[in-house]
Amino acid sequence: MAQPLDYLQETPSQTAGPYVHIGLAPGAAGFSIFERELGWDIAGPDAPGERIRIEGLVLDGTGAPVKDVLLEVWQADAAGIYPHPEDPRHAQVAQGFRGWGRVITDFDSGAWGFDTVKPGPVPGRMGRVQAPHLNLWIVARGINVGLSTRMYFPEDEALLAADPVLSLIEQRHRVPTLVARKKAAGTYRFDIRLQGDGETVFLDV
Amino acid sequence: MTPAEYFQRDREMQPPAYHPGYKTSVPRSPRQALLSLEQSISEITGPTFGHGDLGPLDHDLIKNYAKTGDPVGERIIVHGRVLDENDRPVPETLVEVWQANAGGRYRHKKDTYLAPIDPNFGGCGRTITDENGYYYFRTIKPGAYPWRNYVNSWRPAHIHVSVFGRAFCQRLITQLYFEGDPLIAKCPIVNTIPGLADIGRLVAPLDINAAIPFDSLAYKFDIVLRGRRSTLFENRLEGN
Ligand SMILES: [Fe+3]
Repeated sequence: MAQPLDYLQETPSQTAGPYVHIGLAPGAAGFSIFERELGWDIAGPDAPGERIRIEGLVLDGTGAPVKDVLLEVWQADAAGIYPHPEDPRHAQVAQGFRGWGRVITDFDSGAWGFDTVKPGPVPGRMGRVQAPHLNLWIVARGINVGLSTRMYFPEDEALLAADPVLSLIEQRHRVPTLVARKKAAGTYRFDIRLQGDGETVFLDV
Repeated sequence: MTPAEYFQRDREMQPPAYHPGYKTSVPRSPRQALLSLEQSISEITGPTFGHGDLGPLDHDLIKNYAKTGDPVGERIIVHGRVLDENDRPVPETLVEVWQANAGGRYRHKKDTYLAPIDPNFGGCGRTITDENGYYYFRTIKPGAYPWRNYVNSWRPAHIHVSVFGRAFCQRLITQLYFEGDPLIAKCPIVNTIPGLADIGRLVAPLDINAAIPFDSLAYKFDIVLRGRRSTLFENRLEGN
C-alpha cells in the first residue's frame, strides 16, 4: 500500500454532436442571440503581415465531406508572437490580433474557409525554431475527443525540413498531410482526412 | 510566469476515437496512432476572453431568448467550478453551453424531431469563471430526444459544455447528464467512455442546497481540465 496521490482526473470528453453550432456559432444554426459572436475575426483589421485565406474540406473514411464540423484555429501573429501572457514577447503582439477563431462547414457542401494573417516562425524547445503553423482543433458528431493537428505552409521549405514536430513523423510520406497547397497568391487549400488513404497526422499534444 | 508542460492526457480514460456502438464514430475515427509531442509555446498558450466579449444575459437561458414570456419547462440552476488536475481553480475561462428545450427539440435548422420549438427558448449560453473558477447558468431542464443510431436510440437529457482553460491543449467539450436518468446507462454516446466511474463524473447531482425556493432546482457540475507540472520546459539544459 501507499499513500494516495491527490490529483484530480480530467473530465471525460464527449462528442460535440450535430448541433454544435447552436452553442458555438448560433448564427449558423439559424438564429441570432448574442450581440457578439466569438471567433469570426482572427487577426483584426490592423495586424501587419500577409493576409491569407485558407479553404478546405474535412473528409471521412469513405471520402465524403463531413458537413457538421467545427474547427478552431490558434496561431501566432506575423512576428511569431502569441497573444497570451506566457509568451515572453506577448506585450509586442500586433494590435488587435486575437490569434483564435472558429469556423464551421457549409451544411450542403462541407466547405470551410477563413481569413487571417500568415504567422511567423515560432520558438520551439531547446532553441529550435518551429516553421509557421496554425494549430487546429476539430470537433463534430462522431468525434469523441477533439482532434488536434497543425497546418504548415508549402513555401517555407527550409523551415519545414527543420521543424521539430514534422521531424517526429516516422512515415515521411505522411508529412504532406500537414502542409497546405498554395492555390493562388494568398490562398491555400488544406483538406483534412479523418481516416483511410492520406489520413491526416493528428497530434496528442 | 514559468512556462511548464501540461500533464499528458489520459487516453485510456478518455473515450477511444473508434467505438462501433456509436455508429458515426466508425467513419470519423482516425486509425493511425496519434503523434505524441512534447509541448511548445504553441500548446501551452491559448485564447483569452474577457467580460467585454459577453452580454449581460448570456448566462441566463431563461431570459436570453425570451420573446413573449419565460420558456416552458423545469427551471434549474447549473453551477460548479472549473478546476485542473492539480485541484486548482481555473479562473477567467470561457464556458459555453447548448441544449435542447424541455421537449427535447433543438433550435437548429437540421433538427426535425416532432417536439415543438419553444418560442422563448434559444438553448445556448456562455459565461466566464470568476477568480475561484466558479460559474453558473440558469436554464430549463432539457428533454430526452431520439436520434438515428439504432432505430430506438434516445439521448438522456443533457447539456453540451465547452471549456477553454488557459492553454489550447486544455480545450475540452463534454456533456452534462442529470442524476437519476435511466437513459444514461443505455446511451451509446455515454458508453464510449470506458469506465463506469468516469461516466459518473459527467452526471450532475441534484444540489438541493443551491436550489432557490419557489423558483429553481439546482444541479452541480464541476469540470476538471488537464493539470500542469511545476518544472521548467528546459530542465535539461547544457546537454544533460
Ligand atoms: Fe445533444
